[in-house]
Amino acid sequence: MPDSQRIIEIEVLRYNPESDKEPHLEVYKVPFSDDMSVLQGAQYIKDHFDGSLTFRWSCRMAICGSCGMMINGIPKLSCETFLRDYFPNRIRIEAMANFPIEKDLVVDLSGFIEKLESIQPYIIPREPRSLDQGEYIQSPEQFNAYIQFTSCINCTLCYAACPQFGLNPDFIGPAAIALLHRYNMDSRDGAAAERMELVAAEEGVFNCSAVGYCSEVCPKHVDPANAVNINKTNAAKDYFLRFLSPKGGSK
Amino acid sequence: MSKRRPYVRSMDGWWKKNPFYVEYMIHESTALFVAAYAFTLLVGLVRLGQGEVAWNGWLEAMKSPLSLICHVVFLLAIMYHTYTWFKIMPITLPPIIVGGKKVGPEVITGSGLLAAVVASVFMLGLVWRIAQ
Ligand code: SF4
Ligand code: FES
Repeated sequence: MPDSQRIIEIEVLRYNPESDKEPHLEVYKVPFSDDMSVLQGAQYIKDHFDGSLTFRWSCRMAICGSCGMMINGIPKLSCETFLRDYFPNRIRIEAMANFPIEKDLVVDLSGFIEKLESIQPYIIPREPRSLDQGEYIQSPEQFNAYIQFTSCINCTLCYAACPQFGLNPDFIGPAAIALLHRYNMDSRDGAAAERMELVAAEEGVFNCSAVGYCSEVCPKHVDPANAVNINKTNAAKDYFLRFLSPKGGSK
Repeated sequence: MSKRRPYVRSMDGWWKKNPFYVEYMIHESTALFVAAYAFTLLVGLVRLGQGEVAWNGWLEAMKSPLSLICHVVFLLAIMYHTYTWFKIMPITLPPIIVGGKKVGPEVITGSGLLAAVVASVFMLGLVWRIAQ
């Protein structure tokens, strides 16, 4: 049987804020070939069955981080997940868990964007430095201390994997804390104490109960759970050190 | 007027929705058995302080079939807890660099489990000798 005649059933969680009270499932029969991703399945539905189906995507190569969805209940990038791996079973796609659904597969990420801003995701130099002092020199060890945490593509799959974020949407969450950790670990940066206020805050690292699923689903091996848990230790250290030196640590 | 009406899904029964969460819940709840066993030992200590009669009563109670069944359950639950505890250990530790290389998660989990086995065998041997 030629490839093009294989047909997979794709069940989509639809939600139209203008007409629906709540989301509902709809099934589409999609002909597919071996090289078709789940994202292409969604595109097929949009092109052939219902042009109003709404979802985000851009790069189709697992780098822009915009095509995340729940695929059979698991947070995944739909552009690097293939229909052939689910056939002949039905596949169910839903908007990323733990986020409010804006429309169909699109979620409201504004809270996440605010969190990213709040952690000051840029290098705040330890001391003023003039141009004629030349470039920063960083050893391979210093580079290795943070490089893993730079790989994040902001896909927010880790948030879709985090029940603590689902239960408390104010929790800064895995990716933002991983990015915070990335800057704290950078030898050029000197703002760890400033960021500590957020780490130790009510919406900070202690929301995490070490479920660890965030690191499991991360497509870029950032291991955000590790960043969160290292910062629990850092926050505890900071808390106790404050008794010893009133000037150190956050307020 | 904005047509936005973001829909927030319920978190009810979230832990049943993914095998990973189910495993997490089992792992977390086995901690209760660790507490129950510690409590059992604590009662023994209190009874010891109350004199010989109380202590012997506690010893007798420990030999009852119900107590033996409980201990088997404790043992199984605590073994499972130990296993999963070391399984998540790599995500809780800062990177450990040995010879310029980061120690892998399997090595951390493996060393933890090995330490648990060694400590258990040591304790068993110690108690065995005292009991002789
Ligand atoms: S940490 Fe991983 S899962 Fe989370 S947003 Fe970044 S790339 Fe995505
Ligand atoms: S479309 Fe860019 S990551 Fe999937």
